[in-house]
Amino acid sequence: MDIESIKSQFPIFKNKINGKSLIYLDNANSSQKPGRVIDRIYKFYSKEFSNIGRSVHTLAVTATNRFEETRDLVKKYINAKAREEIIFTKNATEGMNLVASTYGEKFINKGDEILITELEHHANYVPWHFLRQKKGAVIKFAKCNDRGEVEIDEIKKLITNKTKIIGITHLSNVTGAILPVKKIVDLAKAKKIPVLVDGCQGAPHLKLDMQELGCDFYAMSCHKMYGPTGVGILYAKKKWTEQLPPYQGGGGMIEEVKKDKITFPGSPTKYEAGTLQTAEVVGFSESIRFIQDVGIENIMQHEKEITEYGVQELKRNNSIKIIGDPRNRGSIISFIIKGIHPHDIATVLDEDGVAIRAGHHCCQILHEKMGVAATARASLGVYNSKEDIDFLSNAIKKCNKIFNK
Amino acid sequence: MDLKELYQEIILDHGKNPRNKKKCKDFNKDAEGHNPLCGDKVHIFLKLNKEKKVENISFEGEGCAISIASASIMTETIKGKEFNVAKKILEDFLNMLKEGSKLKTNSLSEDQNTTMMSLSGVKKFPMRVKCATLAWHTFLYAAEGKKETANTEKTD
Repeated sequence: MDIESIKSQFPIFKNKINGKSLIYLDNANSSQKPGRVIDRIYKFYSKEFSNIGRSVHTLAVTATNRFEETRDLVKKYINAKAREEIIFTKNATEGMNLVASTYGEKFINKGDEILITELEHHANYVPWHFLRQKKGAVIKFAKCNDRGEVEIDEIKKLITNKTKIIGITHLSNVTGAILPVKKIVDLAKAKKIPVLVDGCQGAPHLKLDMQELGCDFYAMSCHKMYGPTGVGILYAKKKWTEQLPPYQGGGGMIEEVKKDKITFPGSPTKYEAGTLQTAEVVGFSESIRFIQDVGIENIMQHEKEITEYGVQELKRNNSIKIIGDPRNRGSIISFIIKGIHPHDIATVLDEDGVAIRAGHHCCQILHEKMGVAATARASLGVYNSKEDIDFLSNAIKKCNKIFNK
Repeated sequence: MDLKELYQEIILDHGKNPRNKKKCKDFNKDAEGHNPLCGDKVHIFLKLNKEKKVENISFEGEGCAISIASASIMTETIKGKEFNVAKKILEDFLNMLKEGSKLKTNSLSEDQNTTMMSLSGVKKFPMRVKCATLAWHTFLYAAEGKKETANTEKTD
């Protein structure tokens, strides 16, 4: 893979950060955008914009077509069976709230159990907590092991005849562990329990095939997939979109409105209330095309190489402790340095143009379990190279010089 | 932006060897503080006597170099001061971080003044200001007997 040619497609790298070239290692937080995505949004607003699905004039038709073409593109990209299964949301968080709210309303009652894991981002816990408060449901946490993985047996032993849904991350945003989603889905299927996958970190870095994974729901944030902010996708099996109630009410999601009665259309319309982030959705079509042009297999191979190199390099430095040692790791490396707080690490690295994240990464349950308040995290994307890792490890040496004299 | 302005020797020293970092035995007031954005936590233990003078003050907590150094410097500066004087110093300190103004108070020794000024570089790092203010807000919570946790999302 020609990294220089890929990097040159991202205008942000032409800028200097604190007078230095940008080494962007905060991709698990959000990724940068290729020029074609930015250009697509500009073109849409310049030449094709109108609100969608409402008016009959030419622009309305054009805009609606571009929007719906993106839905088809997504459907094909993730190998969904029907376009009704692709719901546009504002982000993965909204997708998971949609599932917790609608599925919870219909199927979860007092004493019913929701099974999630200790690795979950707050977005796959807090929505279930609301349900716990509202309905008296019980939330169970499958344990993660010392490697920062959740093993299938930990899920297995918590499933009871009260388990109503399983919510798991595809790829931990802290330890980098890739969970055995297919195995968990197979296990759940045998017990007729639906599975929601938080695909925030999985979607940008792994090949997506909903038929192969077999999950019932898969939530993504497009801004982590080299796409615009404000767009998320919730894949929901037709079986569920046909049964579950609408989520938010408003314009565009109704069939007929009377003073005493309202009827609703099918999915995705009933889940897409109000004017959506039209330009961003259309812009996202170029993110998918970008990923397709590079090839997701190539991206996976490349990121695996650079991540392995990164783990090796950081392990050379005795002051660094990498958090988690998953056997199947995505492109995420979280670490702590003895005697230096992660926020101080991030500030020192920033001076050299190296952008990482420090904090609990919206995973307080996991950090408490690991006995650390915060970690520093380097997360890689398609444009990162071994040189970026070298910059990172040199910048870390500078931290040691300042704080561990 | 210059790292040396942020991580001055005085701050690195207080961050590494914080003063009064323990639970003092004679405290009669205490409060906890939390910076939810980065997870910094501090617990202030305070002995305020009948004349409303800070007889003793100490802290426990975990956080970055800035938050630990700031807590350490705060305890050193406030110890022995009348509460009203301490409150003025606190206001002065917050103004220094937010507005970039110089310290106006005349109740500090030259050394104390220099030490407090060493935290002024934080102003240039807006994401880190709350690290520096946490312990100071928490001191006020303790002194005023507030029961809830001081939260930098609400105090700043």
